[in-house]
Amino acid sequence: MTTATGAQEITYLEAISQALDEEMRQDPRVFLLGEDIGVYGGAFRITEGFQDKYGEWRVLDTPLSESAIVGAAIGAGMMGMRPVAEMQFADFISCAFDQLTEVAAKNHYRWGAAVPIVIRAPYGGGIHGGPFHSACPEAWFFHTPGLKIVAPATAYDAKGLLKAAIRDNNPVIYLEHKFLYRRIKEVLPEEEFVVPIGQAKVVREGQDLSLITYGAMVHVALEAAEILEREGIAMEVVDLRTLVPMDTDTILESVRKTSKVMVLHEDTKTGGVGAEIAARIAEQAFDALDGPIIRVAAPDTPVPYSPPLEAFFIPKVDDVLEAARGLAAY
Amino acid sequence: MNTPIIERDQQGVGAVENGSGAKASLHGTKEDRMKIAKADYLQMYYYLRLTRALEDRVTVLYRQGRIAGGAYTSHGMEAISVGYAYALHADDVIAPYHRDMGAYLVRGITPGEVLAQYLGKRTGPTKGKDGNVHLGDLRRGIIAFVSHLADNLPVAAGAALAFKLRGETRVVVTNTGDGGTSRGDFHEALNFASVRKLPVVFFCNNNQYAYSTPLHLQMAIRDVAERAKAYAMPSEIVDGNDVGAVYLAAQRAIERARRGEGPTFIECKTMRMHGHSEHDSAKYVPRALLEEWKKKDPILKAERILREWGYATDSDFQAVQQRVIKEIDTALEFAERSPLPEGPEALDGVYADSEREGLA
Repeated sequence: MTTATGAQEITYLEAISQALDEEMRQDPRVFLLGEDIGVYGGAFRITEGFQDKYGEWRVLDTPLSESAIVGAAIGAGMMGMRPVAEMQFADFISCAFDQLTEVAAKNHYRWGAAVPIVIRAPYGGGIHGGPFHSACPEAWFFHTPGLKIVAPATAYDAKGLLKAAIRDNNPVIYLEHKFLYRRIKEVLPEEEFVVPIGQAKVVREGQDLSLITYGAMVHVALEAAEILEREGIAMEVVDLRTLVPMDTDTILESVRKTSKVMVLHEDTKTGGVGAEIAARIAEQAFDALDGPIIRVAAPDTPVPYSPPLEAFFIPKVDDVLEAARGLAAY
Repeated sequence: MNTPIIERDQQGVGAVENGSGAKASLHGTKEDRMKIAKADYLQMYYYLRLTRALEDRVTVLYRQGRIAGGAYTSHGMEAISVGYAYALHADDVIAPYHRDMGAYLVRGITPGEVLAQYLGKRTGPTKGKDGNVHLGDLRRGIIAFVSHLADNLPVAAGAALAFKLRGETRVVVTNTGDGGTSRGDFHEALNFASVRKLPVVFFCNNNQYAYSTPLHLQMAIRDVAERAKAYAMPSEIVDGNDVGAVYLAAQRAIERARRGEGPTFIECKTMRMHGHSEHDSAKYVPRALLEEWKKKDPILKAERILREWGYATDSDFQAVQQRVIKEIDTALEFAERSPLPEGPEALDGVYADSEREGLA
């Protein structure tokens, strides 16, 4: 689709492809490895045509071995390469858990060896993927010092954060939301840009309450904010964009401004990222609060398959509205 | 040291068999042994002695309660890591495991650094962040050991992949124990390396026990080398207590990898003479077995060969022993007078800076 000015709108998925393409073109150290990413172009077609352009070795099809994929990325990264490893679905990252938490995360701390790798993890539900193709795995890694985690919500951030992740000297888990792949698009700048890791963004201003979120839930939050505005409630929406290192300053600034806060995520509730955000707010901005810190998150179950079950499971606009109205009444 | 040991065009004897069937070369032939120059054999002997002296000192320090954590030695298995490390070029890379002290020393880690590490001192390679044999330094081509055995095998394959991608002729050697070969990472790494013909050599120190678990409860096969068949990977079985045999097998595999012919698996038969760590009396190991292997001690074996070949005499051995004891004394003095880290240094280094650092 083109806009009135003739500029091309780019999907979230295309933005990821563009970032990979640009970094590979500019930096011969960058290479890709994963299952079915080469000949097939990836399960979601992110790397379609890449092998023709960059060859079999820079777009490396691997055996079905997530641990070896991440381990090999670590080894190549320590030897001066910039590997980008793809988990076909973020759910499968559990097979590489040990390489991420024990090797990648601890190498620099233990003996000063930087591990400049990116793990792309297509995550999230809403696509009827069921218990093994829908998970939000961020909490596992959020708890692991030494890893960085980014979770873009827009095509702009998807591109800019991936480029930043590839250039970072640390292991970065790049959470790309499958539901957003082809559903959102925007015109991106012609000139090159990166989005720095570690910076949240206030994507909608408001003074009555704050909603802190990331990933696909940013769009749920914005939709809810529109409705609330018609009810006379001005909700501020903060898109974290990066989960680790977390931009606590932006969160606290928003909380001090509105005095009421809700945390929203698609991941299950207990021990999720939202719990940590709530704790930080309670510790550092308790005096600014005029109401309880509310968490809106998925219930503590695996992600179910059947459409009505999945629709119930994933937090939706109505859940946010209900929580916001209750919070605004304080 | 770190000087190139072997010229590129110099190949070991005995072509490695392809895929099916390990080539048994226990007690390498005299012909094999004559491939090793006197200076090289003497240098390897020195490293055997240095490793033994260093680890014996570690054992003493442990028993004196001067080491805060655990202590792991390669006592009686020194020939494996000395042999493979000595066969490498300076710009090659190793990913050793916890019974490879000899490889650290051959690659240039000093006994002082090792003892500082054991004592938790700031002058150790990890500045007190990690203990005992968990140390590495990319400038010296050493990827630090991870306790989860076989974790570093995919990492070694990835380092080899980097060399292959860049068209370099560097090689990676990694090692794990018999127990480590039961882990999934072992199999994922061997498979991936074989499919992509990566320049990596997988060693296995088969010392017959993984902590208290004997080999027959670890695997249903007799030789660990059989595992390599599943990956169409050539393999060899060598006497792990014969430093010359290990060295020559390593050399064959390393040069094969350097030529772009892919990975090799080398099983070194040996015996763990101490407990899993120094706290472990290893009562579960039959005494007769230990007595039998004591006679096969790698240092005694090296001395017999050096004598037989006219490379050295008993007085040479005594001179080496005196030299290494002096080195360890000096190293311990260094470690002892080194400062401990301050508590808040625990917070340093979780993340790398944006500027690149410590990369090979």
